[in-house]
Amino acid sequence: MTNLAGGKPQDKQSGLRYPTNGKTIYHRPLNRTKTAELSQSSFAYLFSEMVTYAQRRVTGIQDLEKRLNTQGHPIGQKLLDLLLIREPPRSQLRPLNIIALLHLIKINLWTHLFGRQADRLEKSSNPETPDEYMIVDNEPLVNAYISVPKEMSQLNCAAYVAGIIEGVCDGAGFPARVTAHSVGGKEEGEMWPGKTVFLVKFEGEVLERESLIVGKG
Amino acid sequence: MSYYFAIIGTQDNPLFEYDFGTSKQGGDGQPRFSDQARHLNQFVVHSSLDIVEEVQWTRGEMYLKVVDKFFNNYISCFATAGNVKFLLLHQPPPAASSGGSTSRSSTSIGANPTSPQTEEAIKSFFNEVYDNYVKAIMSPFYKVNMEIRSPVFRSRVAAAGRKYL
Repeated sequence: MTNLAGGKPQDKQSGLRYPTNGKTIYHRPLNRTKTAELSQSSFAYLFSEMVTYAQRRVTGIQDLEKRLNTQGHPIGQKLLDLLLIREPPRSQLRPLNIIALLHLIKINLWTHLFGRQADRLEKSSNPETPDEYMIVDNEPLVNAYISVPKEMSQLNCAAYVAGIIEGVCDGAGFPARVTAHSVGGKEEGEMWPGKTVFLVKFEGEVLERESLIVGKG
Repeated sequence: MSYYFAIIGTQDNPLFEYDFGTSKQGGDGQPRFSDQARHLNQFVVHSSLDIVEEVQWTRGEMYLKVVDKFFNNYISCFATAGNVKFLLLHQPPPAASSGGSTSRSSTSIGANPTSPQTEEAIKSFFNEVYDNYVKAIMSPFYKVNMEIRSPVFRSRVAAAGRKYL
Protein backbone atom coordinates (compact mmCIF):
# COMPACT_ATOMS: atom_id res chain seq x y z
CA MET A 1 0.00 0.00 0.00
CA THR A 2 2.89 2.35 0.66
CA ASN A 3 4.06 2.31 -2.92
CA LEU A 4 0.59 3.47 -3.84
CA ALA A 5 1.19 6.81 -2.14
CA GLY A 6 3.78 7.75 -4.74
CA GLY A 7 4.62 11.17 -3.36
CA LYS A 8 6.33 11.99 -6.62
CA PRO A 9 3.90 11.47 -9.48
CA GLN A 10 6.43 12.70 -12.00
CA ASP A 11 8.23 9.35 -11.63
CA LYS A 12 5.35 7.64 -13.34
CA GLN A 13 4.92 10.19 -16.05
CA SER A 14 7.82 8.98 -18.14
CA GLY A 15 5.83 6.41 -20.08
CA LEU A 16 2.73 8.53 -20.40
CA ARG A 17 1.86 10.18 -23.67
CA TYR A 18 -0.55 13.07 -23.89
CA PRO A 19 -2.70 13.67 -26.93
CA THR A 20 -1.34 16.40 -29.19
CA ASN A 21 -4.04 18.87 -28.19
CA GLY A 22 -3.18 18.27 -24.52
CA LYS A 23 -6.74 17.19 -23.68
CA THR A 24 -7.14 14.03 -21.63
CA ILE A 25 -10.29 12.17 -20.65
CA TYR A 26 -10.40 14.42 -17.58
CA HIS A 27 -10.92 17.50 -19.73
CA ARG A 28 -14.11 16.21 -21.28
CA PRO A 29 -17.50 16.95 -19.75
CA LEU A 30 -19.56 14.11 -18.28
CA ASN A 31 -22.90 15.46 -19.44
CA ARG A 32 -23.70 14.46 -22.94
CA THR A 33 -24.84 16.89 -25.54
CA LYS A 34 -28.28 16.53 -27.05
CA THR A 35 -27.02 15.21 -30.35
CA ALA A 36 -24.87 12.46 -28.90
CA GLU A 37 -27.06 9.63 -30.19
CA LEU A 38 -25.38 6.97 -32.28
CA SER A 39 -26.65 5.61 -35.54
CA GLN A 40 -28.45 2.32 -35.13
CA SER A 41 -26.95 0.81 -38.25
CA SER A 42 -23.39 1.36 -37.08
CA PHE A 43 -24.33 -0.21 -33.75
CA ALA A 44 -25.93 -3.17 -35.53
CA TYR A 45 -22.76 -3.65 -37.57
CA LEU A 46 -20.54 -3.51 -34.49
CA PHE A 47 -22.83 -5.81 -32.55
CA SER A 48 -22.87 -8.40 -35.31
CA GLU A 49 -19.07 -8.41 -35.17
CA MET A 50 -19.21 -8.83 -31.41
CA VAL A 51 -21.51 -11.83 -31.71
CA THR A 52 -19.25 -13.34 -34.38
CA TYR A 53 -16.24 -12.76 -32.14
CA ALA A 54 -17.96 -14.38 -29.17
CA GLN A 55 -18.99 -17.31 -31.34
CA ARG A 56 -15.45 -18.41 -32.04
CA ARG A 57 -14.42 -21.61 -30.25
CA VAL A 58 -17.56 -21.88 -28.15
CA THR A 59 -18.85 -25.26 -27.08
CA GLY A 60 -22.53 -24.46 -27.15
CA ILE A 61 -25.25 -21.87 -26.97
CA GLN A 62 -24.91 -21.49 -23.22
CA ASP A 63 -21.23 -20.79 -23.61
CA LEU A 64 -21.95 -18.21 -26.30
CA GLU A 65 -24.51 -16.45 -24.13
CA LYS A 66 -22.05 -16.49 -21.26
CA ARG A 67 -19.49 -14.72 -23.41
CA LEU A 68 -21.96 -12.08 -24.53
CA ASN A 69 -22.89 -11.61 -20.90
CA THR A 70 -19.24 -11.11 -19.98
CA GLN A 71 -18.89 -8.46 -22.68
CA GLY A 72 -21.74 -6.46 -21.21
CA HIS A 73 -20.83 -6.78 -17.54
CA PRO A 74 -18.15 -4.05 -17.22
CA ILE A 75 -20.38 -1.64 -19.16
CA GLY A 76 -23.09 -2.01 -16.53
CA GLN A 77 -20.68 -1.49 -13.66
CA LYS A 78 -19.45 1.77 -15.15
CA LEU A 79 -22.81 3.02 -16.39
CA LEU A 80 -24.18 2.90 -12.86
CA ASP A 81 -21.89 5.70 -11.74
CA LEU A 82 -22.41 7.68 -14.92
CA LEU A 83 -26.20 7.49 -14.69
CA LEU A 84 -26.24 8.71 -11.11
CA ILE A 85 -23.82 11.57 -11.66
CA ARG A 86 -26.08 12.83 -14.46
CA GLU A 87 -29.03 12.95 -12.09
CA PRO A 88 -29.79 16.30 -10.45
CA PRO A 89 -27.99 16.44 -7.07
CA ARG A 90 -31.18 16.06 -5.07
CA SER A 91 -32.09 12.70 -6.55
CA GLN A 92 -28.50 11.41 -6.60
CA LEU A 93 -29.32 8.49 -4.36
CA ARG A 94 -27.73 5.09 -4.25
CA PRO A 95 -30.39 2.38 -4.64
CA LEU A 96 -30.89 0.78 -1.23
CA ASN A 97 -33.50 -1.83 -2.04
CA ILE A 98 -34.38 -4.11 -4.93
CA ILE A 99 -37.33 -2.06 -6.11
CA ALA A 100 -35.29 1.15 -6.29
CA LEU A 101 -32.57 -0.69 -8.19
CA LEU A 102 -34.98 -2.23 -10.71
CA HIS A 103 -36.65 1.13 -11.27
CA LEU A 104 -33.25 2.64 -11.99
CA ILE A 105 -32.67 -0.10 -14.55
CA LYS A 106 -36.14 0.07 -16.09
CA ILE A 107 -36.21 3.86 -16.40
CA ASN A 108 -32.73 5.42 -16.33
CA LEU A 109 -30.64 2.63 -17.82
CA TRP A 110 -33.13 1.78 -20.57
CA THR A 111 -33.65 5.43 -21.51
CA HIS A 112 -29.90 5.95 -21.67
CA LEU A 113 -29.25 2.89 -23.81
CA PHE A 114 -32.34 2.58 -25.97
CA GLY A 115 -34.13 5.93 -25.74
CA ARG A 116 -37.23 4.52 -24.06
CA GLN A 117 -38.23 2.73 -20.88
CA ALA A 118 -38.44 -1.03 -20.52
CA ASP A 119 -41.94 -2.30 -21.10
CA ARG A 120 -42.70 -4.11 -17.88
CA LEU A 121 -41.31 -5.04 -14.50
CA GLU A 122 -42.58 -8.16 -12.75
CA LYS A 123 -41.92 -10.12 -9.63
CA SER A 124 -41.98 -13.88 -9.87
CA SER A 125 -45.41 -15.13 -8.78
CA ASN A 126 -43.97 -18.48 -7.76
CA PRO A 127 -43.68 -18.48 -3.95
CA GLU A 128 -40.65 -20.78 -4.16
CA THR A 129 -38.57 -18.22 -6.02
CA PRO A 130 -39.02 -14.87 -4.25
CA ASP A 131 -35.56 -13.88 -5.46
CA GLU A 132 -36.57 -13.69 -9.13
CA TYR A 133 -37.64 -10.55 -10.93
CA MET A 134 -38.40 -10.04 -14.59
CA ILE A 135 -37.75 -7.07 -16.84
CA VAL A 136 -39.72 -7.32 -20.08
CA ASP A 137 -38.72 -5.71 -23.35
CA ASN A 138 -41.15 -6.25 -26.22
CA GLU A 139 -38.64 -5.44 -28.92
CA PRO A 140 -34.99 -5.43 -27.82
CA LEU A 141 -32.96 -3.02 -29.91
CA VAL A 142 -29.96 -5.33 -30.04
CA ASN A 143 -32.05 -8.05 -31.71
CA ALA A 144 -33.50 -5.74 -34.36
CA TYR A 145 -31.41 -7.17 -37.20
CA ILE A 146 -30.72 -10.62 -35.85
CA SER A 147 -32.48 -13.71 -37.13
CA VAL A 148 -31.57 -16.77 -35.15
CA PRO A 149 -31.16 -19.99 -37.19
CA LYS A 150 -33.59 -22.82 -36.41
CA GLU A 151 -30.98 -25.12 -34.87
CA MET A 152 -29.96 -22.37 -32.42
CA SER A 153 -33.48 -21.42 -31.40
CA GLN A 154 -32.41 -21.31 -27.74
CA LEU A 155 -30.08 -18.40 -28.42
CA ASN A 156 -31.00 -14.85 -27.53
CA CYS A 157 -28.31 -12.28 -28.27
CA ALA A 158 -29.88 -9.94 -25.73
CA ALA A 159 -27.65 -11.90 -23.33
CA TYR A 160 -25.38 -8.92 -23.93
CA VAL A 161 -27.99 -6.60 -22.40
CA ALA A 162 -28.48 -9.12 -19.60
CA GLY A 163 -24.76 -8.74 -18.92
CA ILE A 164 -25.15 -4.97 -18.65
CA ILE A 165 -28.03 -5.41 -16.19
CA GLU A 166 -25.95 -7.88 -14.21
CA GLY A 167 -23.13 -5.35 -14.08
CA VAL A 168 -25.45 -2.69 -12.70
CA CYS A 169 -26.80 -5.08 -10.03
CA ASP A 170 -23.34 -6.31 -9.02
CA GLY A 171 -21.96 -2.79 -8.94
CA ALA A 172 -24.73 -1.51 -6.71
CA GLY A 173 -24.07 -4.30 -4.21
CA PHE A 174 -26.94 -6.58 -5.26
CA PRO A 175 -25.13 -9.61 -6.69
CA ALA A 176 -27.40 -11.33 -9.19
CA ARG A 177 -27.50 -13.65 -12.19
CA VAL A 178 -29.29 -12.20 -15.19
CA THR A 179 -30.33 -14.22 -18.22
CA ALA A 180 -32.25 -13.33 -21.37
CA HIS A 181 -35.10 -15.52 -22.63
CA SER A 182 -37.20 -15.24 -25.77
CA VAL A 183 -40.85 -15.70 -24.96
CA GLY A 184 -42.53 -14.46 -28.14
CA GLY A 185 -43.07 -16.12 -31.50
CA LYS A 186 -44.89 -19.16 -30.15
CA GLU A 187 -48.24 -18.42 -31.77
CA GLU A 188 -49.31 -16.94 -35.09
CA GLY A 189 -50.14 -13.27 -35.45
CA GLU A 190 -48.56 -12.28 -32.22
CA MET A 191 -47.95 -8.60 -31.62
CA TRP A 192 -44.39 -8.89 -30.27
CA PRO A 193 -42.59 -11.90 -31.75
CA GLY A 194 -39.25 -10.69 -30.40
CA LYS A 195 -40.44 -10.27 -26.83
CA THR A 196 -37.60 -10.90 -24.39
CA VAL A 197 -37.67 -11.43 -20.66
CA PHE A 198 -34.61 -10.61 -18.57
CA LEU A 199 -34.72 -12.87 -15.57
CA VAL A 200 -32.93 -11.32 -12.59
CA LYS A 201 -32.13 -13.82 -9.87
CA PHE A 202 -30.64 -12.19 -6.78
CA GLU A 203 -28.30 -13.99 -4.41
CA GLY A 204 -29.63 -15.07 -1.04
CA GLU A 205 -27.63 -12.46 0.84
CA VAL A 206 -29.46 -9.67 -0.98
CA LEU A 207 -32.86 -10.89 0.22
CA GLU A 208 -31.48 -11.37 3.69
CA ARG A 209 -30.25 -7.78 3.83
CA GLU A 210 -33.49 -6.56 2.28
CA SER A 211 -35.53 -8.10 5.08
CA LEU A 212 -33.21 -6.53 7.67
CA ILE A 213 -33.50 -3.06 6.14
CA VAL A 214 -37.29 -3.27 5.86
CA GLY A 215 -37.45 -4.51 9.44
CA LYS A 216 -35.53 -1.46 10.63
CA GLY A 217 -37.47 1.08 8.60
CA MET B 1 -4.94 20.84 9.61
CA SER B 2 -3.80 17.73 7.76
CA TYR B 3 -5.79 15.50 5.49
CA TYR B 4 -5.37 11.93 4.29
CA PHE B 5 -7.58 10.92 1.38
CA ALA B 6 -8.07 7.35 0.16
CA ILE B 7 -10.26 5.65 -2.43
CA ILE B 8 -11.23 2.13 -1.41
CA GLY B 9 -12.49 -0.42 -3.95
CA THR B 10 -15.33 -2.88 -3.56
CA GLN B 11 -13.05 -5.57 -2.14
CA ASP B 12 -11.73 -3.16 0.52
CA ASN B 13 -8.63 -2.72 -1.61
CA PRO B 14 -6.96 0.69 -1.88
CA LEU B 15 -7.17 2.33 -5.31
CA PHE B 16 -5.66 5.71 -4.62
CA GLU B 17 -4.24 7.65 -1.71
CA TYR B 18 -3.07 11.17 -1.22
CA ASP B 19 -2.22 13.30 1.79
CA PHE B 20 -2.22 17.05 1.91
CA GLY B 21 -2.60 19.98 4.27
CA THR B 22 -4.98 22.87 4.39
CA SER B 23 -4.54 25.74 1.99
CA LYS B 24 -7.10 27.95 3.71
CA GLN B 25 -6.13 30.52 6.37
CA GLY B 26 -2.63 30.87 5.00
CA GLY B 27 -1.87 27.14 5.13
CA ASP B 28 0.88 25.93 2.83
CA GLY B 29 -0.93 22.78 1.67
CA GLN B 30 1.61 20.49 3.31
CA PRO B 31 0.47 17.62 5.55
CA ARG B 32 1.69 17.72 9.14
CA PHE B 33 1.62 14.01 9.88
CA SER B 34 4.48 12.45 11.74
CA ASP B 35 6.12 9.44 10.11
CA GLN B 36 4.33 7.12 12.50
CA ALA B 37 0.98 8.76 11.89
CA ARG B 38 1.28 8.11 8.17
CA HIS B 39 1.15 4.39 8.79
CA LEU B 40 -1.46 4.79 11.47
CA ASN B 41 -3.68 6.71 9.06
CA GLN B 42 -3.99 3.69 6.82
CA PHE B 43 -5.08 1.55 9.76
CA VAL B 44 -7.55 4.12 11.03
CA VAL B 45 -9.12 4.54 7.62
CA HIS B 46 -9.26 0.81 7.07
CA SER B 47 -10.92 0.17 10.40
CA SER B 48 -13.61 2.74 9.65
CA LEU B 49 -14.78 0.62 6.71
CA ASP B 50 -16.81 -1.54 9.09
CA ILE B 51 -18.83 1.46 10.17
CA VAL B 52 -19.20 2.66 6.61
CA GLU B 53 -20.75 -0.66 5.66
CA GLU B 54 -23.36 -0.26 8.36
CA VAL B 55 -24.16 3.35 7.57
CA GLN B 56 -24.32 3.01 3.80
CA TRP B 57 -27.46 0.87 3.88
CA THR B 58 -29.38 3.24 6.11
CA ARG B 59 -29.06 6.31 3.89
CA GLY B 60 -29.21 6.69 0.13
CA GLU B 61 -27.14 9.85 -0.05
CA MET B 62 -23.62 9.41 -1.31
CA TYR B 63 -22.10 11.81 1.19
CA LEU B 64 -22.25 10.13 4.60
CA LYS B 65 -20.52 12.92 6.56
CA VAL B 66 -18.29 12.04 9.53
CA VAL B 67 -18.66 8.30 10.14
CA ASP B 68 -15.87 7.58 12.57
CA LYS B 69 -13.56 9.25 15.04
CA PHE B 70 -10.30 7.95 16.46
CA PHE B 71 -8.81 10.29 19.07
CA ASN B 72 -8.19 13.45 17.09
CA ASN B 73 -8.80 11.87 13.69
CA TYR B 74 -12.16 12.37 12.01
CA ILE B 75 -13.19 10.28 9.03
CA SER B 76 -15.67 11.51 6.46
CA CYS B 77 -17.04 9.14 3.89
CA PHE B 78 -18.55 9.33 0.42
CA ALA B 79 -19.95 6.11 -1.05
CA THR B 80 -20.29 6.06 -4.83
CA ALA B 81 -23.02 4.27 -6.74
CA GLY B 82 -20.60 1.50 -7.63
CA ASN B 83 -19.87 0.81 -3.96
CA VAL B 84 -16.44 2.40 -4.04
CA LYS B 85 -15.72 4.52 -0.98
CA PHE B 86 -13.92 7.81 -0.72
CA LEU B 87 -12.56 8.29 2.78
CA LEU B 88 -11.07 11.49 4.09
CA LEU B 89 -9.24 11.52 7.39
CA HIS B 90 -8.95 15.00 8.82
CA GLN B 91 -6.93 15.95 11.81
CA PRO B 92 -7.50 19.37 13.37
CA PRO B 93 -4.33 21.01 14.63
CA PRO B 94 -3.78 20.73 18.37
CA ALA B 95 -5.44 23.91 19.65
CA ALA B 96 -3.16 24.67 22.60
CA SER B 97 0.12 24.72 20.71
CA SER B 98 -0.94 27.33 18.19
CA GLY B 99 -0.88 30.00 20.90
CA GLY B 100 -1.91 33.43 19.73
CA SER B 101 -3.67 32.35 16.58
CA THR B 102 -6.33 30.25 18.35
CA SER B 103 -9.01 32.87 18.01
CA ARG B 104 -8.55 32.93 14.27
CA SER B 105 -8.21 29.22 13.69
CA SER B 106 -11.30 28.43 15.75
CA THR B 107 -13.46 29.93 13.02
CA SER B 108 -11.60 28.21 10.19
CA ILE B 109 -12.93 25.08 8.57
CA GLY B 110 -11.24 22.09 10.04
CA ALA B 111 -10.76 23.48 13.53
CA ASN B 112 -14.27 22.30 14.17
CA PRO B 113 -14.61 19.04 12.21
CA THR B 114 -18.34 18.56 12.69
CA SER B 115 -19.48 22.10 11.94
CA PRO B 116 -21.80 22.62 8.94
CA GLN B 117 -19.17 24.71 7.14
CA THR B 118 -16.64 21.90 7.34
CA GLU B 119 -19.22 19.37 6.21
CA GLU B 120 -20.13 21.54 3.26
CA ALA B 121 -16.46 22.07 2.28
CA ILE B 122 -15.75 18.35 2.42
CA LYS B 123 -18.89 17.65 0.43
CA SER B 124 -17.72 19.98 -2.35
CA PHE B 125 -14.32 18.31 -2.28
CA PHE B 126 -15.87 14.84 -2.58
CA ASN B 127 -18.19 15.91 -5.37
CA GLU B 128 -15.31 17.26 -7.41
CA VAL B 129 -13.27 14.12 -6.86
CA TYR B 130 -16.29 11.99 -7.78
CA ASP B 131 -16.63 13.88 -11.02
CA ASN B 132 -13.04 13.07 -11.88
CA TYR B 133 -13.35 9.50 -10.63
CA VAL B 134 -16.27 8.85 -13.00
CA LYS B 135 -14.17 10.25 -15.84
CA ALA B 136 -11.36 7.90 -14.82
CA ILE B 137 -13.59 4.83 -14.90
CA MET B 138 -15.04 5.86 -18.26
CA SER B 139 -11.72 4.93 -19.81
CA PRO B 140 -12.28 1.70 -21.73
CA PHE B 141 -8.97 0.38 -20.39
CA TYR B 142 -10.01 0.80 -16.79
CA LYS B 143 -11.56 -2.16 -14.99
CA VAL B 144 -13.39 -1.87 -11.70
CA ASN B 145 -11.04 -2.10 -8.70
CA MET B 146 -7.93 -1.19 -10.64
CA GLU B 147 -5.50 1.19 -9.01
CA ILE B 148 -5.82 4.75 -10.35
CA ARG B 149 -2.34 5.80 -11.44
CA SER B 150 -3.08 8.73 -13.70
CA PRO B 151 -0.96 11.76 -12.76
CA VAL B 152 -3.71 13.94 -14.22
CA PHE B 153 -6.17 12.46 -11.74
CA ARG B 154 -3.74 13.04 -8.89
CA SER B 155 -3.25 16.68 -9.83
CA ARG B 156 -7.03 17.11 -10.11
CA VAL B 157 -7.49 15.75 -6.57
CA ALA B 158 -4.75 18.09 -5.36
CA ALA B 159 -6.48 21.01 -7.04
CA ALA B 160 -9.81 20.12 -5.41
CA GLY B 161 -8.03 19.93 -2.04
CA ARG B 162 -6.51 23.37 -2.53
CA LYS B 163 -9.83 24.81 -3.64
CA TYR B 164 -12.05 23.62 -0.80
CA LEU B 165 -10.02 22.48 2.19
